Amino acid sequence: MADPTAIKMQGITRRRVLGDVLKTACGVGLFGLGLGLYSSRASSLPAYAIRPPGAIPEDAFNGACIRCGLCVRDCPYDILYLGRVGEDIPTGTPYFIARQGACEMCEDIPCVVACPTNALDHVLTDINAARMGLAVLVDQESCIAFQGLRCEVCYQVCPIKDQAITLDRQHNERSGKHALFIPVVHSEHCTGCGKCEQACILEEAAIKILPHHLAKGELGRHYRLGWEQQAQSGGPLVSPDPEHQYHLPPGMEYDHAGEGLIRESGAATPFSDNPLDVLNQQGPP
Amino acid sequence: MIPNPFQSQLKAHRWLIARRLSQVGVLALFLLGPITGIWVVKGNLSASMTLGVLPLTDPFLLLQSVLSGGLPVTSGVVGALIVLVFYALVGGRVFCSWVCPVNPVTDAAAWLRRRFDLRGNSALSRNLRYWLLGLALLFPLLTGVLVWEYINPVSMFQRGLIFGMGWAWTVILALFLFDLFIAKHGWCGRLCPMGAFYGLIGSGSIIRVCATARDRCDDCMDCFGVCPEPQVIKPALKGAAAGVGPVILDRNCTNCGRCIETCPQGVFRFGTRMSNGASLF
Repeated sequence: MADPTAIKMQGITRRRVLGDVLKTACGVGLFGLGLGLYSSRASSLPAYAIRPPGAIPEDAFNGACIRCGLCVRDCPYDILYLGRVGEDIPTGTPYFIARQGACEMCEDIPCVVACPTNALDHVLTDINAARMGLAVLVDQESCIAFQGLRCEVCYQVCPIKDQAITLDRQHNERSGKHALFIPVVHSEHCTGCGKCEQACILEEAAIKILPHHLAKGELGRHYRLGWEQQAQSGGPLVSPDPEHQYHLPPGMEYDHAGEGLIRESGAATPFSDNPLDVLNQQGPP
Repeated sequence: MIPNPFQSQLKAHRWLIARRLSQVGVLALFLLGPITGIWVVKGNLSASMTLGVLPLTDPFLLLQSVLSGGLPVTSGVVGALIVLVFYALVGGRVFCSWVCPVNPVTDAAAWLRRRFDLRGNSALSRNLRYWLLGLALLFPLLTGVLVWEYINPVSMFQRGLIFGMGWAWTVILALFLFDLFIAKHGWCGRLCPMGAFYGLIGSGSIIRVCATARDRCDDCMDCFGVCPEPQVIKPALKGAAAGVGPVILDRNCTNCGRCIETCPQGVFRFGTRMSNGASLF
């Protein structure tokens, strides 16, 4: 009678072991491919969800954040949430929605202090330097300031008042005699806290926090603004500006900076003072 | 004296009850703050802060974070080291059987399998978990994203219980049904890369189950029936002739203690890995 262990061992050949390994590798690889492709969709953060202050750029954030929720727990205003399974937010990562509860910009930034992984960058110690997003007055058609009505709520609630949002006074064309007070956001000061979006009096906020990549344009890097360069260097960089020359009749000048046509007093003009003379002038036969 | 039936039941399930208390207790600590406002532990099992002084970090998650290019702060690293040292001593997979909230789910599936004699089982290798562990660690390295965390049922479930479930319960239900009908001990015993990771951490752990009285074994197979990783028992229990054991040294033993209380002969007990050869126990 054959040794039972020998029979058992016969089945295990190098071919079979290699085949099993290859089979597993293929299965795991296929699964991994699907998971990898799914993850690129699962990683995208919708524009309405805003990361806590100090969040590193989104791509890196999805790697660094370990979804522990310590920032959520240490937020004294309970505005932060962790993305739940089935939501559009990358699962388990922290966010807030400005319209529902804006960042109160605590000076000690407890959410950043709590983060164990630097997904919220501990370099951020001045909350005014946070850039959670950028306020954008997305709808000038519904913002009542553009209708000439006094609102200015976004301007009043802004924690960086008179810097992140200023009021730009413009002429009210409709009434002809009033002013428009137009809120203007300045990206060099706006932290993206969302107080303006939360406070906007419309049914749907006309001012919204958007991620920077959606909110900002970018000038080509080769662009130089002549007047800035000139101010920096104290003079023209290429060649001196030529004086403007106009082909004007004697005794007349043109002021480039605003006054327009200037007639020197007493100078003779080719035109009669009486406009009828001009109108009655005979053209060439 | 006739033993009180309740007391004997209690004794026959003492480790099971202790584990359930531990699992519930951990969750209760995390939920105490949000429910009552008394903050003992903040965060979740991925990283937590106890009483503002004791940081704990899941080394599996922190490793993924570091592989993705993240630079953890001191509290994160210290927390991970504390956890690593703890499980390296008491047994890596103690996390699985004493802490992880998925364990009661898969235990329930295994219990129903035994209760109703469900035998359907697909031949998934117990080594598949190491492949998935490799995959989970490869993803952050290649893509810079914690890809495994998008589908990791363990962190999904514990985070769901503490921070809000969303649709995570569907994943847990699927996992339960998978364990019940498709593969015996399928998730915890074959697939979970987190369990594989903790198993590796505890490869040299001190606290071990020991088949001290293996000469009393009458081959009733009760321990094999109840053990979530039955392959770990055989070398220790049946290795007397080959000079192996009696300590269960396999890294995948979860130190759940079910064999100890199930064995009618009292073969098993908790001991240390040094119990091999020594006559202490």
